[in-house]
Amino acid sequence: MSEGARVPVRRTAKLFIAGGFPRSESGRSYEVFSHDGRLLAWAARASRKDLRDAVRAARAAQPGWAGRTAYNRGQILYRVAELMEGRRAQFEAELADVGAADPRRGVEAAIDRWVWYAGWADKISQVLGGTNPVAGPYFNFTIPEPTGVVGIVAPQDQALLGLVSRVAPAIASGNTVVVIASERSPLPAVSLTEVLGTSDVPAGVVNLLTGYTRELVPWLAGHMDVNAIDVTGVPEDLLPQVEELAAENVKRVHRAPRVDPFSDEAQSPYEITALMEFKTVWHPMGA
Amino acid sequence: MGEIERTATSALEQQQRVWEYATAPEARDIVRLEDRYDLFVGGRFVEPRSGRYFETINPATEEPLAEVAEANEEDVDLAARTAREAWEERWRDLPGKERAKYLYRIARALQERSREFAVLETMNNGKPIKESRDVDVPLAAAHFFYYAGWADKLDYAFPGRAPRPLGVAAQITPWNFPLLMCAWKLAPALATGNTAILKPASTTPLTALLLAEVIEQAELPPGVVNVIPGPGGKTGGWLAAHPAIAKIAFTGSTDIGKVLRRNVAGTGKRLTLELGGKAANIVFEDAALDQAVEGIINGIFFNQGEVCCAGSRLFVQESVFEPLLDKLKARLDTLRVGDPLDKNTDVGAINSRDQLRKIEELVQSGLEEGAEMYQPDCDLPERGFWFRPTLFTNVSQSHRIAREEIFGPVLSILTFRTPQEAVEKANNTEYGLSAGIWTEKGSRILWMAERMKAGVVWANTFNRFDPTSPFGGYKESGFGREGGRHGLEPYLDLDGASAEGGDGA
Repeated sequence: MSEGARVPVRRTAKLFIAGGFPRSESGRSYEVFSHDGRLLAWAARASRKDLRDAVRAARAAQPGWAGRTAYNRGQILYRVAELMEGRRAQFEAELADVGAADPRRGVEAAIDRWVWYAGWADKISQVLGGTNPVAGPYFNFTIPEPTGVVGIVAPQDQALLGLVSRVAPAIASGNTVVVIASERSPLPAVSLTEVLGTSDVPAGVVNLLTGYTRELVPWLAGHMDVNAIDVTGVPEDLLPQVEELAAENVKRVHRAPRVDPFSDEAQSPYEITALMEFKTVWHPMGA
Repeated sequence: MGEIERTATSALEQQQRVWEYATAPEARDIVRLEDRYDLFVGGRFVEPRSGRYFETINPATEEPLAEVAEANEEDVDLAARTAREAWEERWRDLPGKERAKYLYRIARALQERSREFAVLETMNNGKPIKESRDVDVPLAAAHFFYYAGWADKLDYAFPGRAPRPLGVAAQITPWNFPLLMCAWKLAPALATGNTAILKPASTTPLTALLLAEVIEQAELPPGVVNVIPGPGGKTGGWLAAHPAIAKIAFTGSTDIGKVLRRNVAGTGKRLTLELGGKAANIVFEDAALDQAVEGIINGIFFNQGEVCCAGSRLFVQESVFEPLLDKLKARLDTLRVGDPLDKNTDVGAINSRDQLRKIEELVQSGLEEGAEMYQPDCDLPERGFWFRPTLFTNVSQSHRIAREEIFGPVLSILTFRTPQEAVEKANNTEYGLSAGIWTEKGSRILWMAERMKAGVVWANTFNRFDPTSPFGGYKESGFGREGGRHGLEPYLDLDGASAEGGDGA
């Protein structure tokens, strides 16, 4: 048998929940096409039950992740970059499939974005926290803390860089996340979960669902155990409904700055603090 | 013999059995020593123009470890010109995010080769392997990791400014934490876009040279880091005086720090000094005494007391003086002094014969001035430089052992009655590097911390270090901070004063 006759093994694109890779409990999937109309794969079409499982996994993982030292979280984010670097060819091929203008640049920018946010993990409180000179014998300081479980609706385009730009700042501070991947281009996101699954990121810190955005978003926005929602990938016409649903448990609603995702303006410490709470501590001073 | 007496004897026997340890030596074979180490200049190891090499030894055995190149004035000049050229052509205009990646590489390599660095550090310095393994090397890696993250975020560290690097930094490091001090110096210098010439202490050059090997393997642009060992007075002096140097960072004694300050006067060179200390460790009567005892022991016997921020003056509130002293003596008796490569060792070898003599001289002065000495009855190895853990009581504030930095395992114990008295006694020194406070009362910690003239104040802990935490002194303990966001500032031009500054972004 000649070399060329070998039949390649295809990957099953699955969800990523609690560190595992389940199919949708609903048994549903949907077809994913390349920009030129080739059938690339069937992606899992996550259900409401899958979403609730993902939130539960994120909630369970959150105290442990926030309890890691900032140094440790930084190293783990950096490790994600290390492992992505080793899978560049795969990511580039996937970006080419979805018709990215410059797949190589997209992958490099995504890796560098992990490195950039890795560095913030142990600096954010130095830059954006501080002591407050109150007029009295008190030591008073303010520190940013993660808000908890964050729902992220990833942008529909920029399937890799757009996704990384939302996930990295959210988890750098100690949040855990439930991500709804780009409906049209979910495969780079699925590959990213395979990197995350082997990067020392604890199970449940990142959970990723593929499926129909319009179906999943209201469930995420209305979930009472989600503390904040990043609406970057929410279709415009759905946004009022999402904000209304978010009101029920006063979710923080945040969206990415509308700038070129490759630019320096697309990365910012304020993307981290947008998903944090500021806590102020008073302590008396006296002999 | 009565029943009670027999019981007491067996308890003592039992206690002695508890403290007998089998030897647990760390393997040395992970370290591959060269016979001879050259200078690291321009990205490779080069023979010194001086043609001279000096011997470096293991202070625990006095065995020679290797010969190390000694940089003379010509070597210093070559290193300075090389570093300047590397700055102009290969480093200052490199984007911060790419500089960061080189620093991350160094951090990772230190982590990967951590055991090798730890063993070599212990062999060349004499410190216990458990300290080099658990403190020096992991902290050194963490420093590179932390400052790597700053390289492309300098605009956020100094809002409203456009931070620019200075040029070539001369970095002169001490022998007490040889690798860690290299990391404290190099990481912020490189992150901010400067190039560096490192002059490691003459008794402990080996881990700095192994770090040079790591830097070579990390493929930093040639000349960005240069390592030139040699005697402090000569090599360090030439380096500081070289016109291509824009900034000098020095860690060492206050005497040498003052010499450097004078020599740099009028040149416009930037200078930071991390000098000596005589830290007060203050124990209030409400402190958790057992916890305090551990902190006091760690404060003065960590690294044989060869620590600029060592808690060398213990101030105890009078009401708890006796119980605390009893506990301290009992704890002192359990310290294991000896082979630094043994994983059970608490107190290793003094770094050099000169340092041992200095300690002996100061201890002698303590006896002559009327203080009372306590030392545990432990065996010391026959070869090498050793000093028993030592306590002095009946110490007056005017005694030399209460005023001068001993830089050895010697604790002077004094007392106080009120918090105000503790403040006055603690601050009664020309030094101001660190202080310790032991009390269960939070408001008192903060009240005391506000009054301590010291750059670092530890409360209910001591000798804690972290790359995110600024470190440095008040008064004659020096100026400038290393670590944290504040540790970036000494390497940056924030006001456009440096005409030569490059693009720091």
